[in-house]
Amino acid sequence: MTLNRLIKLTLSILFVVLFSSKSFAAGSNIENLKVDWSFAGITGKFDRSSLQRGYQVYKEVCASCHSMQYLSFRNLGEKGGPEFSEEEVKAIAAGYEVNDGPNSDGEMFTRPGRASDKFVKPYPNVNAAMAANGGAYPPDLSVIVKARSGGANYIYSLLMGYEEKPADFVLDEGVYYNKYMEGNKIKMPAPLSDDLIEYSDGTKASLDQLSKDVTTFLTWAAEPHLEARHKTGTKVIIYLILLATLVYFSMKKIWLRVDSEK
Amino acid sequence: MSDHNYVPESKVGKWFNDRLPLLSLGAHLREYPTPKNLNYWWTFGGILTFCLITQIVTGIVLAMHYVAHADLAFESVEKIMRDVNYGWLIRYIHSNGASMFFLAVYIHIFRSLFYGSYKSPRELIWIIGMIIYILMMAAAFMGYVLPWGQMSFWGATVITNLFSAIPLVGESIVTWLWGGYSVDNPTLNRFFSLHYLIPFLILGLVVLHIWALHVPGNNNPVGIDIKKPSKDTVPFHPYITVKDIFALLMFMIIFAGFVFFSPNVLGHSDNYIPANPMVTPAHIVPEWYLLPFYAILRSVPDKLGGVLLMFGALFVLIILPWLDTSKIRSAVFRPLYRQFFWILVIDVLALGYLGAMPAEGTYLFLARVSTVYYFLHFLVILPVLGFLEKTDPLPASISEPVLTGGLSTSAAKSDDIK
Ligand code: HEC
Ligand code: HEM
Repeated sequence: MTLNRLIKLTLSILFVVLFSSKSFAAGSNIENLKVDWSFAGITGKFDRSSLQRGYQVYKEVCASCHSMQYLSFRNLGEKGGPEFSEEEVKAIAAGYEVNDGPNSDGEMFTRPGRASDKFVKPYPNVNAAMAANGGAYPPDLSVIVKARSGGANYIYSLLMGYEEKPADFVLDEGVYYNKYMEGNKIKMPAPLSDDLIEYSDGTKASLDQLSKDVTTFLTWAAEPHLEARHKTGTKVIIYLILLATLVYFSMKKIWLRVDSEK
Repeated sequence: MSDHNYVPESKVGKWFNDRLPLLSLGAHLREYPTPKNLNYWWTFGGILTFCLITQIVTGIVLAMHYVAHADLAFESVEKIMRDVNYGWLIRYIHSNGASMFFLAVYIHIFRSLFYGSYKSPRELIWIIGMIIYILMMAAAFMGYVLPWGQMSFWGATVITNLFSAIPLVGESIVTWLWGGYSVDNPTLNRFFSLHYLIPFLILGLVVLHIWALHVPGNNNPVGIDIKKPSKDTVPFHPYITVKDIFALLMFMIIFAGFVFFSPNVLGHSDNYIPANPMVTPAHIVPEWYLLPFYAILRSVPDKLGGVLLMFGALFVLIILPWLDTSKIRSAVFRPLYRQFFWILVIDVLALGYLGAMPAEGTYLFLARVSTVYYFLHFLVILPVLGFLEKTDPLPASISEPVLTGGLSTSAAKSDDIK
C-alpha cells in the first residue's frame, strides 16, 4: 500500500516536471526529421568511425566558415571522442599554422600546430566573418547542438532541409530557402551535397551520410563527456536503487515496533 | 533546550556540555517527539535540507573555476564542462539541483496548504518559510545570469527592468542595480557576489525555521494537537530519520535521472548562445519555477500594475495564516476546502503553463482568468469558507481516527507506514 502510494507520488512528480519542460518546446513551424542516433538513450554511445568521418566533414567543409573555439586538437584523441591515435592527432595539428609569441625579440611568429592548440578559427574576428558571409555570422559550432531546441535532430534536418523555394516565397540575393530554419531563410548556402568529399575510410559520401556524420561529431563536441555521463549515471542509479531497497526493509523492521504497540 | 535534561555519560562530555550544550542539542534532535502518523509529504523538509547543502557544496566547487567577467564567463563555464575533472557532473548537479530544489519546495508548500500547517501556532514557521522561498527565487534568478548566455542576459534585463515601473525613482533604481546604463560586467559581478551570499542567508533561516518548528512540534495529517511525548509520537531517531532517508533516496533517483540522462531539458537552449546585447531572443522566458509569477506579471497591461500584482501574489501567501478563518487545520476534515485546494493546484499549474506561452489571444485571456482566481482563492474563498463550511468530526487522538468518507481518508490513517 505504501509502495503503491510512493509510485503515485513519483509519477505525479514526473508529470509535473515533464509538463513544465514540455512548455519550453519552442514554436518551430515544422517537425524535425528523426534519426535513431547511437548516442541517444541511457546506454547511448558515439559511433567512433562516424565521429572520425564527421570531423573530416567539419574540417574539409564547415571549417572554412565556422570556428569551434572551445575545442583543442588533443580532444580528438581523448576517450569518448573520435579517439584518433596520438600520431594522428599530432599530424592533424601539424597541418595548421598557429600564431604564437611574442618570442624573446618581442616578435609574433607562426609555427606548426601542436595537440594542445585550440582549433584554428577561419576568421580573425566576428566582423571579418560577417563581412565575408553577406552580413550573417556563421556561429561557433562548439556547442551548437545544445544551443538549438531540437538538438541533433534539428542540425541534421537543417543540413538536409535545402529545397527549391515555393513559387511565391521572396528571397533576397545571398539568402537561401531551408525548410527547417526559423522563417525558412538562411544565409548559409547548402554546405553539403552527395559526394562532396571523399571519405578516407571509403564510406559512400551521400548527403544523408555526410549530414549524419557531421551532426554526430557536433554532438560529441557539445557534450564531450556524454559517454562517461551515461556510464556513471547507470551505476549511480543502480546503486541508489539497491541502497533504497535495503533502507526500505530496515524501515519496515524499525517501524514494526511502533505498529505492534497498538 | 529546556524540554529535557540530558547528562552526557563521559566526564569529558559532561565538561564540554556544561560549557556549550551541543550534546544536549544532539539529544534533543534525536529524541524530538514526532507524530507517528506523518506521511511521505512530510519528508520534503529533509529533502530540502539536502538540496540546500548540495547547492552550496557544488556551488563552492564551481566558484573555484568560474570567472565572473562578461568576456570570460561563458568560456569559463565551457572550461568547467570540458576540462575540469568531473566538472560536467558538478555543473549539471548544480543546474538541475536548482530545479529539484524548487520541485521539493513547491511540494512542501502545498503540503502545508493541504494540512493547514501555517495555522496557529505555526505562523512564524510559515513566514520564515516564505522568506526562504523568496530568497530561493532571488538566488536562482541570479545564478541563471552567471553563465552569461542569451537567456541569462535577457532574463536579467527583463527582470531588473521591472523596477523601472516604480514611480519617480524607478529609472535611477535600475541604473543603480545595473551599476551602469545596461546589464553589463558590473551587473554580472554583483549578481555573482549575491548569488554566493544568499544560500548562506537561507541556511541561517532554515535553522530558525526548524527552531520555530521545534517549539510547537510538527503538525500531522490529522491536524489535531497531540500530547508530546505520548503514544501518538515516536522519537525522531530512528523512526523519522530512516523514513526521511528512504524518501530522500527516491528523490535522488529522479534527480540522478535528470543529471545523467537529460541534463538540459529543464534549461533553455538559448543559454548555450553567448550573451549578445545586439540580438534579442524571440521568446524571453524565465526558468520553469518562476513561470506562474511571470504569467501574473504579464496578465496586467500596465507595467507597475503587473509588478504590484506579482508581489501581491507572494504577499497573500505571507499573510495566509490570517486569511484562512477556519480553525480546522487538515483538509482531510474540510470537505469544501479540499476541493478548492485542488482547484488552486490546477490554477497554479495553469499559470505556469501560460507563463511559458506568448502573452496574446486565448493564452492571455486564460492567464487573466487564472490570475483572478488565484487572488480570489486567498482573498475571498478562504476567509469566507471558515464561516460557511461544515467540517467533519475530528478524532480525539491520532491513534483513534474516526473514519470519514471520501478520497482523503487514507491520508488520515495512522498506520501509514504499513
Ligand atoms: C560558406 C560558409 C559556410 C559554410 C561552408 C558552412 N556554413 Fe553554416 N553557416 C554559415 C552562415 C553565414 C550561417 C548563418 C546563417 C544565418 O544566420 O542566416 C551559418 C549557420 C549555420 C548553422 C546555424 C543555423 C541556425 O539554426 O541558426 C548551423 C547549425 C550551421 N551553419 C552548420 C554548418 C555545418 C554543419 C557546416 C558544414 C557541413 C556548415 N555550416 C558550413 C556559413 C557557412
Ligand atoms: C530552503 C528551504 C527549506 C528548507 C530546507 C525547509 C526545511 C524544513 C524542515 C526540515 C521541516 C520539518 C519537516 C517537514 O515538515 O517537512 C520544515 C517544516 C515546515 N516548513 Fe520548511 N523548509 C524550507 C522552505 C519552506 C518554505 C518555502 C515554506 C513555505 C512557505 C516552508 C514551510 C514549512 C512549514 C509550515 C513547516 C512546518 C510543517 C509541519 O510540521 O507541518 N518551508 N521545513
